[in-house]
Amino acid sequence: MKSKLILLLFALLPATGLASGPAVHLDRAPVNVNDRVSLQKGARLFVNYCLNCHSANYMRYSRLTDLGLTEQQIADNLLFTQEKVGQPMTIALRPADGKAWFGATPPDLTVIARSRDPDWLYTYLRSFYRDPSRPTGWNNTVFPNVGMPHVLWELQGEQVAHFKTVKDHEGKEKQVFDHFELVKPGKLTRAEYDAAVGDLVNYLVYMGEPAQAQRKQLGIIVIFFLLGLAVLTYYLKKEYWKDVH
Amino acid sequence: MSKMQQLLAWVDERFPLTATWKAHLSEYYAPKNFNFWYFFGSLALLVLVIQIVTGIFLTMNYKPDAGLAFAAVEYIMRDVDWGWLIRYMHSTGASMFFVVVYLHMFRGLLYGSYRKPRELIWIFGVLIYLALMAEAFLGYLLPWGQMSFWGAQVIVNLFAAIPVIGPDLAVWIRGDYVISDATLNRFFAFHVIALPLVLIALVFVHLVALHEVGSNNPDGIEIKKKKDPNTGIPLDGIPFHPYYTVKDIFGVVVFLIVFSAIIFFAPEMGGYFLEANNFIPADPLKTPEHIAPLWYFTAFYSILRAVPPILGSQFPGVVAMGAAIVLLFFLPWLDKSPVKSIRYRGVLYKTALTLFAISFIGLSYLGMQPVTPVYTVLARIFSVIYFLFFLLMPWYTRIDKTKPEPERVTG
Repeated sequence: MKSKLILLLFALLPATGLASGPAVHLDRAPVNVNDRVSLQKGARLFVNYCLNCHSANYMRYSRLTDLGLTEQQIADNLLFTQEKVGQPMTIALRPADGKAWFGATPPDLTVIARSRDPDWLYTYLRSFYRDPSRPTGWNNTVFPNVGMPHVLWELQGEQVAHFKTVKDHEGKEKQVFDHFELVKPGKLTRAEYDAAVGDLVNYLVYMGEPAQAQRKQLGIIVIFFLLGLAVLTYYLKKEYWKDVH
Repeated sequence: MSKMQQLLAWVDERFPLTATWKAHLSEYYAPKNFNFWYFFGSLALLVLVIQIVTGIFLTMNYKPDAGLAFAAVEYIMRDVDWGWLIRYMHSTGASMFFVVVYLHMFRGLLYGSYRKPRELIWIFGVLIYLALMAEAFLGYLLPWGQMSFWGAQVIVNLFAAIPVIGPDLAVWIRGDYVISDATLNRFFAFHVIALPLVLIALVFVHLVALHEVGSNNPDGIEIKKKKDPNTGIPLDGIPFHPYYTVKDIFGVVVFLIVFSAIIFFAPEMGGYFLEANNFIPADPLKTPEHIAPLWYFTAFYSILRAVPPILGSQFPGVVAMGAAIVLLFFLPWLDKSPVKSIRYRGVLYKTALTLFAISFIGLSYLGMQPVTPVYTVLARIFSVIYFLFFLLMPWYTRIDKTKPEPERVTG
């Protein structure tokens, strides 16, 4: 056990360069946590589509008053179970069941936008494609062989991925992703779907740190105060140091 | 006598209040030529106070329990009034502590502040640095994220590389075969009680030793050699209070501008102060792709990785890493130059110090990156320079062409 851990420690070091998979192009997520309309839309998508398998255990429903909603509005529109509005966004799915069904326990999403790049989330949620070889029938170009099925399929529709064969610098042929083809349209057009995922990711970014808008506002006041204080203390110092030669 | 003066006299008969005030502030004479580099001592003290005060408030809401710790931090970030601000002050304070301490130490290298008669000030300082590293390492486990867990795993395993006793020692430190709840509890105890006490005691003796011999200055000459024959006050000395108190207040405000800019606009500092992976709860079964300590440890981590294993043992790397820190203690006796300040040193020391600074920053950068063959070669070159800076110091400081020191400070 002990020697294994030591081995692991040092084996890890050189392996890290290889472990990171091929870089995937990420689209820029339209994040703006001051856009309350977008955050409200995102919150609705989140409770409708995500908050069944994924929890947000550290986020209270009542905190959504940040988004300009009243507690009554939150209870009426976003709260589907018997939970009270002051409770956190927990789910009924047991972690062990999640692991049995999907191969991995669906992670808690409260701070997912702080561990995953928002651009990654935005691209990931738009990169599911039909793959009959997978247990769920879905695969993803950003997260290959992911356990999660395409939950938003009825909005996006079904797309298939087209791959092309390229030769790497050693002359070996390999398959790389080329483009998606929408084979069955969903309820939303492509632009509408992109906007919806943008709202959802925006909401995830907000949920990762609900105080962030307040933090930046307060920061401006603090910095201006300190700049003023710097001027005062500078002249105070100058006044005192007049007699030092 | 007014009532206040009476009260003061009453206290002074029983406690050296006025005498202490005079000895350490109003009649403590500091050289008048302190420059930019001399802000960082008082700033380090400020950051220590920030860390202690914010730490107390974090402790009120944190739970040192492997099952609750991660959630407790998010609870602080969301449900505790101003919890996010207190937490960001503490997390930013940790990194800024190292920023000011590194600049404070570099000041010592620039102006020879470790030279006779200030050897003990320097040694206490290096001990503070060691205690600070321990404090930072212990504290980093507490959020119980992936990097907390695996960072601690890697560092504790360094002890396991020690021959014979290593594996048992590592178990003894962890209190378990892996980082676990037992480890979290003891790290919490050390982080909030033991190490802060050690730090405060060391800072106290650091200041006592400083005030015994007096401050060095950018010219590296002793102001106590030229005193006013009537008053006995150094000609180039000015009372610390009010001159340096008002100057340091200005320094504090400028520092707080930088500090606040990070807290309010970039608390993660691009992943350097708060790592993305640490927002994933600790998972003993899932090793992150890339484990690196926080930026302030990476120079030593780089030295560790740069040393090739001997007979499959990483112990030589661990020894090199330890030696890189232990060498600092010997600095006062390695330096044989007739002058202290960089202003009067020759080209050899200036070159050596520049190469040393480049190597330290280079090692710090490489320690954050995954290992590649090119990076390993670079890390080895920088490591050799790091050690040669110290080991060759007796030679190059002796033959260096120095300039004569002035009689009085030059402003």
